[in-house]
Amino acid sequence: MTVLEDLAAPRRDAEVVPLAVGRRERWLRRLPLLPALIYVVVVTQIPFVVTLWYSFQSYFWDQPGGAHFTGLSNYTTVFTNASFRGSLVRSVVMTAAAVIAAMILGVAFAVLLDRKFFGRGVVRTLIITPFLVMPAAAALVWAGPMLDPNFGLLNYLLAPFGIHHVAWLSVHALGSVIVVMIWQWTPFMTLIVLAGLQSQPPDTLEAAKVDGAGALATFRELTLPHLRPYIELGILLGSIYLVNTFDAVRLMTNGGPGTSTTNLPFYLYQQVNNAFDVGGAAAAGVVTVILTIIVATFALRMFARVFQFEEARG
Amino acid sequence: MTVLPVVRPEPRRVPRWVGSVGWAVVAWVVALAFFLPVLWMVITAFKPESAAETWPPKFIFTPTLAEFRLAVTGMSPFLIHSVLATAGSTILVLLLAVPAAYALSVYPVRRWRDGLFFFISTKMLPIVAAIGPLYVIALHTHLLDSIGLMIILYTAMNLPLAIWMIRSFMLEVPGELLEAARLDGAGRLREIGSVILPIIMPGLVSTALICVIFAWNELFLALNLTVTNAATMPMFLMSSVPQEGLYIAHLAAAATVASIPVILVGWMAQRSLVRGLSMGAIK
Repeated sequence: MTVLEDLAAPRRDAEVVPLAVGRRERWLRRLPLLPALIYVVVVTQIPFVVTLWYSFQSYFWDQPGGAHFTGLSNYTTVFTNASFRGSLVRSVVMTAAAVIAAMILGVAFAVLLDRKFFGRGVVRTLIITPFLVMPAAAALVWAGPMLDPNFGLLNYLLAPFGIHHVAWLSVHALGSVIVVMIWQWTPFMTLIVLAGLQSQPPDTLEAAKVDGAGALATFRELTLPHLRPYIELGILLGSIYLVNTFDAVRLMTNGGPGTSTTNLPFYLYQQVNNAFDVGGAAAAGVVTVILTIIVATFALRMFARVFQFEEARG
Repeated sequence: MTVLPVVRPEPRRVPRWVGSVGWAVVAWVVALAFFLPVLWMVITAFKPESAAETWPPKFIFTPTLAEFRLAVTGMSPFLIHSVLATAGSTILVLLLAVPAAYALSVYPVRRWRDGLFFFISTKMLPIVAAIGPLYVIALHTHLLDSIGLMIILYTAMNLPLAIWMIRSFMLEVPGELLEAARLDGAGRLREIGSVILPIIMPGLVSTALICVIFAWNELFLALNLTVTNAATMPMFLMSSVPQEGLYIAHLAAAATVASIPVILVGWMAQRSLVRGLSMGAIK
């Protein structure tokens, strides 16, 4: 695992460790790690092993007889099934759109917050609050009080611009769900980018000012490159969470109209809860996990690089 | 890569405070607009149902607690389940994460990097992929619809994050202090108990707060694996949406009540929020 070599080491005395320590010492060191390690292996890995097993079984909740082996037929179904592919594509689109938009807004908000002004603490608090609102509550509040076609606040605010009584969740369902995802994750991006802005060495900026560089040029030539690892970290972590978006889909549109907002998590949920197809869902799950591992391999590499940077700096 | 032409700034003609006030105004307007849905949720919650479904929306009305009263009736089982699942999993997370973080930082095991990355990689596995089998396992172990199951799963969900975060706090404990304790002949348990833990206590608190936020807000697992005996607050919220009739004010009241604890926790944890969310990467 060469990727991992990039991560900064713990400090000093820890460095002397590896070969010099005896067998007893090695176990003394390992002992505190074991409970957590065993716990995570048991709780997170076993379900996936069972998933793998069920992916080769035909198993429907609503049919008697339990599970029986069907070979690769679940997988053939997954690969020939347009709704799986559709939900996969929708997952990618929703995640990418939400992460990118949230990051752009996040950079803008962070720049606003990076300067001293009256009530900065309160403004910061207001901006992070959407992240703290229970996602289920956010989804329901957006679906009802905010976006309702007949008495929603958004239609009222847009009326002066000639937009009247739009049924957002029917006409722009995907967009509406993405807006809520952006709304909830912009604070996260803001905080990470703000940390980056505040770690910028002031003397570099000072020097740029003395050299007569404009604010925009300074931002593009100095600040953005400095922010890069922070932006990468935000995009990476945001994607990990957002790709699993379920609450907003389930509570705002229930995957519809049609399947227009059915992403992968919601599709898998439907397979188990409405189609009662445990085997099919398991096969789709296995494919999802394999795709995730491919993406995660790159993600972990990026993660290691960002951490190396941060720890070297700190 | 184009470089903007370098232009010497004009000598300042407007006084500095004008720019500063302008900045403040922009920031406040943007923040309030962004916060508006939360504000609207709370405002709607104080409306009588008849004032919530009007066109144009009403901004002036006689506030009432009626919908709150209605919303909280029948809420207590959900609330108790949420508190138990959140508190239980957070305590279990800390009990497992502190020793693990210690073994990955202070006296690291040989392949500590692999360990760290194993933990983080479990966060990337989509739990939704295993939901059917998870249900079957829970059924066979008689854990279905139990608080115990929720505690087990929420612990697994938050443990990687907590280990990374606590490790980052432990790395900041000054080496001289550990050295001094060792010279005093302190064993490892005493070293943890009397040197490391007191120093990282604020870090542990913020780690716990982050775990509370994620456990409290979790819906997917609760929806799939609980019915009545362990249904949590997000489930309560779902059940507060009736199939028919007027419900907007009722819903807003329920959403407000369900969200408030975590909003308050998050406001308290503001300083350390970014550190927790970046798994300790950003200080």
